[in-house]
Order: sequence, then structure tokens, then C-alpha cells
Amino acid sequence: MGGVTETLLLVLVVVTALAFDFTNGFHDTGNAMATSIATRALRPRTAVLLSAVLNMAGAFLSLAVAATIAKGLVDAGAISLEVVFAGLVGGIVWNLVTWLFGLPSSSSHALVGGVVGSVLAAAGTEGVLWTGVVAKVLVPALLAPVVAIGVAATGTYLVARLTRGIDDKVTGRAFRWGQVGSASLVSLAHGTNDAQKSMGIILLALITAGAVPADSSVPFWVIFSCAFFMALGTYLGGWRIIRTLGKGLVEIDSRQGMAAETSSAAVILLSSYFGFSLSTTHVATGSIMGSGVGMPGATVRWGVAGRMLSAWALTLPAAGIVGAACYGIQHGVGGLLGTLLVLALLVGAATAIWVASRRRPVNHTNVNEQWDERHDGGLRRSVTAPDAAAPDVTTADAAGTDAPSEDEIHARRANALAYTTDRPSDEEQR
Amino acid sequence: MNEYIEWGALGQVVGAGLVVGAGIPALFALALRLLAGTTAPPQERHDASTGPAEVPGPVVIARPPLWRLVGALLCFAVVIGAVASGIVFLAAGGHS
Repeated sequence: MGGVTETLLLVLVVVTALAFDFTNGFHDTGNAMATSIATRALRPRTAVLLSAVLNMAGAFLSLAVAATIAKGLVDAGAISLEVVFAGLVGGIVWNLVTWLFGLPSSSSHALVGGVVGSVLAAAGTEGVLWTGVVAKVLVPALLAPVVAIGVAATGTYLVARLTRGIDDKVTGRAFRWGQVGSASLVSLAHGTNDAQKSMGIILLALITAGAVPADSSVPFWVIFSCAFFMALGTYLGGWRIIRTLGKGLVEIDSRQGMAAETSSAAVILLSSYFGFSLSTTHVATGSIMGSGVGMPGATVRWGVAGRMLSAWALTLPAAGIVGAACYGIQHGVGGLLGTLLVLALLVGAATAIWVASRRRPVNHTNVNEQWDERHDGGLRRSVTAPDAAAPDVTTADAAGTDAPSEDEIHARRANALAYTTDRPSDEEQR
Repeated sequence: MNEYIEWGALGQVVGAGLVVGAGIPALFALALRLLAGTTAPPQERHDASTGPAEVPGPVVIARPPLWRLVGALLCFAVVIGAVASGIVFLAAGGHS
């Protein structure tokens, strides 16, 4: 009987880890692709497809999996399958809640929060290594956006200075390609880093349950399923978050998009190179804000940024509370029944959030609509039946609801830079 | 505070981040600036995917002098080299 329970628990942990992997892809599409979608460098569905393919490729590219979860954050001895399960549920629930509100927040912080919460419930405060939590989670979360804002603002400012006076039509095309290139690198980096987390969890669960030997490498089915679910999540696209990042924070043009994505890619890769890991989400969001700070004439909607920052601050405690509550229920009810009850609650909560999201759906047809801060970034029209309404929305779009926005942005920026039109001819005479 | 922040690593990330993260877009922009004045937009060959709405920039007179073409090529080469080393880094493990 014990063997059967153990096996079922293992299966549940694997399934939940894959579900977390899915929400991770879903949540983080915007980090790489929001700017490309907003500047129309790529059509929305092309962008998420590209990102999904690169995430999948990234997951296979590097297999240096750390078979540890929350290493240095919780006492390794406090981790059991139940703790991991409750932690995963905490992470998933927080990812879904922030998705509903269109707030980008770090998926890895949600996972860490969930696990820390369930360890607290299981082993008490001694189970958590607080210095590690502060040094590896809280401090980087504060520093990442600052670093990214600085880098992206500098890059954007340089780009704006260097391209001033050149025809937007010429630079726009080149920068859109640069933007797609740098966004692709961000997607690839996300695939190599984040799919590994789920692989690590599943491997750890398999080792704990004795299904594979302790020195086992990651089985192929684990690599494949993690890559697949992450890619699937990415492809389905967290449109609500893409919208916030691409339209809500800053009105972005292709020069800013290119500078922002390059800054994201550089900071993410360099921070892992120097062993000072920063969250992809925090860096990407900071870079987009920085592209608004550095571009003369552009504005950052600090209200949106503030909401985002509070979501980041809440991520750890909120996911932790859910994780702790799940562990409490699991333990209180006891055994497999408790675990199944938590699973049922998770499915119920996920369904409720999904139903709530249908009241004001955001999808590839309306992701680029004008942002109206007075209505909380609300959409002017609600798309009740996305498929049926799609042609309608496209027509409205083509009729110029926000099609000229990039031109307007350019005009405004051009004025802000006060360039004179004879500038290009100066260049030609040389 | 040193217990909580690894200043050395942070400094390296900020320094290298500024050089690479701001330098690459700047080089890209510089290359475009050097090329501005060619008869065709530099990225013409990608036309098909950028959609039909795009009208090419104004057709201008002279080819830029050789040094500008060489300079632009060098800039693009550095940019492409940086992207390539990023991919190699990811493939080689991606996290230390």
C-alpha cells in the first residue's frame, strides 16, 4: 500500500512540476517578445511561435542541470515530496493570479516562495536559510531592475543620439530586425535556464522516490516533456502580460525595443556568467522601463511600474502562504487523500482564474490596443468570442485605431531631439 | 551588508552590462548612421517578412565612401560576434 501511495505521489509531483513549467513558459513569453509585438516587428502569433521554438531548443541546448531545488535557501533535509508538491502549487497559483492581473512577476521567485512556505510549515523557521533567501532572492530582486534600467537607458540614449536625423523608415526596418535577433537570444536564454528548474525538480523527485539511482542523469523523457510544456505555455502566450510589458509601461518604438532586448540579453547572460543570478522577468521589465527613461520625449507610466513592483514584493510571501497552506491541508488531512485534496483545490483555483480571465480576454487580436491608464489599461472593446470577433478587431485596427502610433511616437521624439531636416544632407555631402 | 550583496560580482555585471548591453545597440546604430546615404536600406533582403506596409526610404544620391562601408561592416561584425558568443555561452552550460 505504501508503495502505491509513494508512486502516486511521485506521479502527482511530476505532473505538477510540468504544470508549473507550463505556467513558467506562459508567464515569461512577454519578457522576450512583448517589445517585438508592440513595435510590430513580428506579428503576435509569429512572435510567440518563434519564442516557443527557441525555448524548446534552449531546453535541449544545455543539460547542466543542478539536481537541487532552492539550493542554499532551505535546509536540504527538510525537503520531501510533499513539501515539493505544496511548493509547486504555491508557485502555480501565484503565477496564475499575477497573469490574471497582467503583472509580470518572476516565476522562479514564485517557486522559491512556494517551497520556502511549505518548508516553514513542515520544519519551522529552522528549515529556512534566511541569509540565503535575502542574499539570493530579495536583494537581487531589488538590484535587477536598477541595473537593467541603467543599461537599457544608456543604450537607448546612445541609439537615439546616433540615429537622429536618419529617416525612420530606414532605421525602423533595421532596428526591427535587430530587435527580433536580441529577443530571440532572450528566449533561448530563458529556455536553457528555466526548463532546467523543472527538470531538476522532477529528477530530484525521481531520486527521492528511488525510481532512478542517485547519480542518474536526466532521463530523456524528462528533458523532452519539460521542453515541450514550457514551449506549449510560451506558444499559448500570456497575452495579458505581453500587453502590460509592450503597451502599458512605455510607448515603445523599434529603436527602444532593440536597445531594451539587447540590454536584457546582455544582463541576463552576464549575470549568470559572473554568478550573480538575476531574474529574467525583473531584468526584462527593468530594460523596458530603461528604454523609456533613456529615450528623449518618452514617458514611463510609473503607476504601472509601481503596481508591478508591489507584485514583485508580494511574490515571495504570497506564494509562501499558499505553499504553507497547501502543506497544512496535505498534512492535516493526511496521506494521499490530503495530496489529492490539494490537487483538487489547485484545479478549482486554476479554473476560477481562467473563468475570471474570460470576462476581459486579451489575446493576439487585441494585445496591441491603445493603453488607457484611466481605465486601468482596460481595452476599449471586450472580445467576447475571440474567434468570431477576430476579423472585426483586425478591421478596426487597420482603420487606424492605433496603427499610426509609431509614427506619432517618432514625430514626438524627433521634436524632443530637435533635429533639423537638413541634417541628413549634411551627412551626404561628406 | 557584504553577507547579503556580492559587490564584486554585482560590479562586474554592471560594468560588463553597460559595455555590452549599451555598446551593442550603439554600434548597431553607428553602423546604420555610417550606411545612411546608400541607395537602399541595408536590410533590404529581409523585405518579405516585414510586410507590405513598408515603403523604402528616400532614394538618395551617393554611395557612402569606402571607409564608411568598412566601418559599418566592422560594427555589424562585432554585433554578430557578440550574439554568437552569447549562444556559445548558453550551449556551454549557461550558468556558473
